[in-house]
Amino acid sequence: MSLLDVNDLAIHFGGVKAVDGVSFSVDEGEVFAIIGPNGAGKSTIFNLISRVYQPTRGTIRFDGQNITGFKAHDIAGLGIARTFQNIELFDHSTVLDNLLMGRHTHRATNFVQDILFLPKVRREEREHRRRVEQVIEFLELEAYRKKMIAGLPYGVRKVVEIGRALAIGPKLILLDEPASGLSVEETRDVAFWIEDMRRDMGLTVLMVEHDMSLVNQVSDRVLAVANGQPLAMGTPAEVQAHPDVMAAYLGTGAAA
Amino acid sequence: MELLQLVIGGLANGCIYGLVALGFVMIYKSSEGVNFAQGDMMMLGAFIALGFGNTDQMGLPFGLAVMCAMVLMFGISWGVERVVVRQIFGQPQFALVILTIALGFVFRFVAGSIWGYTPLVLETPFAGQNLRGGGIVISLADLVTIGVTLVLTVALWAFFAFTKIGLAAQAASQNQMAAYIVGVPVMRVNSLIWGLSGAVATVAGVLYATRGAIDPNIGLLGIKAFAAAVIGGLGSLPGALLGGLIIGVIEPVAGRYAPGELAKMSPYIIMLIVLVTRPGGLFSQIQMKKV
Repeated sequence: MSLLDVNDLAIHFGGVKAVDGVSFSVDEGEVFAIIGPNGAGKSTIFNLISRVYQPTRGTIRFDGQNITGFKAHDIAGLGIARTFQNIELFDHSTVLDNLLMGRHTHRATNFVQDILFLPKVRREEREHRRRVEQVIEFLELEAYRKKMIAGLPYGVRKVVEIGRALAIGPKLILLDEPASGLSVEETRDVAFWIEDMRRDMGLTVLMVEHDMSLVNQVSDRVLAVANGQPLAMGTPAEVQAHPDVMAAYLGTGAAA
Repeated sequence: MELLQLVIGGLANGCIYGLVALGFVMIYKSSEGVNFAQGDMMMLGAFIALGFGNTDQMGLPFGLAVMCAMVLMFGISWGVERVVVRQIFGQPQFALVILTIALGFVFRFVAGSIWGYTPLVLETPFAGQNLRGGGIVISLADLVTIGVTLVLTVALWAFFAFTKIGLAAQAASQNQMAAYIVGVPVMRVNSLIWGLSGAVATVAGVLYATRGAIDPNIGLLGIKAFAAAVIGGLGSLPGALLGGLIIGVIEPVAGRYAPGELAKMSPYIIMLIVLVTRPGGLFSQIQMKKV
């Protein structure tokens, strides 16, 4: 059954139709990639799903619930986590604190309990730390646990952002160009992690990506968009062989 | 002995600067903006407490009057954020500076039109009581001021360091987009912090009023408190208190031992020295900002 249903989604900024009539659905446990040339509207689709933007028309359903009217801060609680193309982290905090902030929606204790540090708070805190340590181990971030984000290399910050998304404990994770700016080795790690997320953690992955080798390696289905409109949907091979996609994205005759 | 006497009075004064500075830091911590109406919020809080407590006004018992004033100021500040400040969300920092300076004028006018411009005295249970020992006289008001300030600073520090809302506020100040995505209702948290800073300002105002008469212009003390917050490093609560104490102590000491008008300039001279030598403030923000 489909976890995420996007139906006839559109957003217009003045006269610019950034996204115009995009529909797709992502099945539970699927890795679904959105590809397209720069400015095709891929990140805008992410911003619409994560409720940063309000669509001009169309609906977004998650887990059977219409979330089109939800606020950006409601999304984490529903079980949707995301990363950003330009990395949005808490720069003046440590890696550990960034990941712990991912547990925000799971903190059920109130203000007075927090201040008094009651046993319930301590129990919860231990559980949050255990979950975060699992993420640190999974992404091999042990060496950076106590480091400030601001001083870390780009590739590590990119991984920390994935870590924070995992710390949220989501059902669906949106990865916005997880391989951009990464070396070949780092990209290979990302590919393994995505497979593990699906296989071991039972996550559904929706990603925007330019690196076609990564897309080919991990995705079940691909949606190609250009100028805010859908071009083709299918397996990675089908989509890349589609004549419209070749024309719009790769140039005629080229294949990645 | 004389010096010790000056220092004790200075510490109590410094606590008031520190408390107003705490308000600056709280709002800075949650929205990376400076609220220049902080001093006027202190003034308004003091007058509201006076309105609830003084016998010729509503005549409530002192403690109850202060509580009522804190609650009302929480509401007013919360409402100001909701209705006014939120309109400029996402605008350059400068917009907030101008807006809060204007808000300060509005608060002064409101207080002036309700309570007038002649100085009024807040009736407190510890007026005129002194403790003596070893040749030093300490007024009860000074002791209460120092005690309340310490308790409040620790409580606020714990609030930002340990509570869900406090951590959310710090997260929002570092990166709003990231805060949204982990589930922080950034706008709602901002309103709450404004409300809280209004309540803290009220405590500062009441303590100020225990030490002398108040009029609608006492909010100008906010400028000195801002210097205190800058000395401490705008993002640090203990730093704000320390900055306040430094200014509070330097003023009377300079007034006694230094020539002429140096005492009045001393807070700003210290601020300049700190800015030149440690631009991040005594407690640099990077070090203090932990989520």
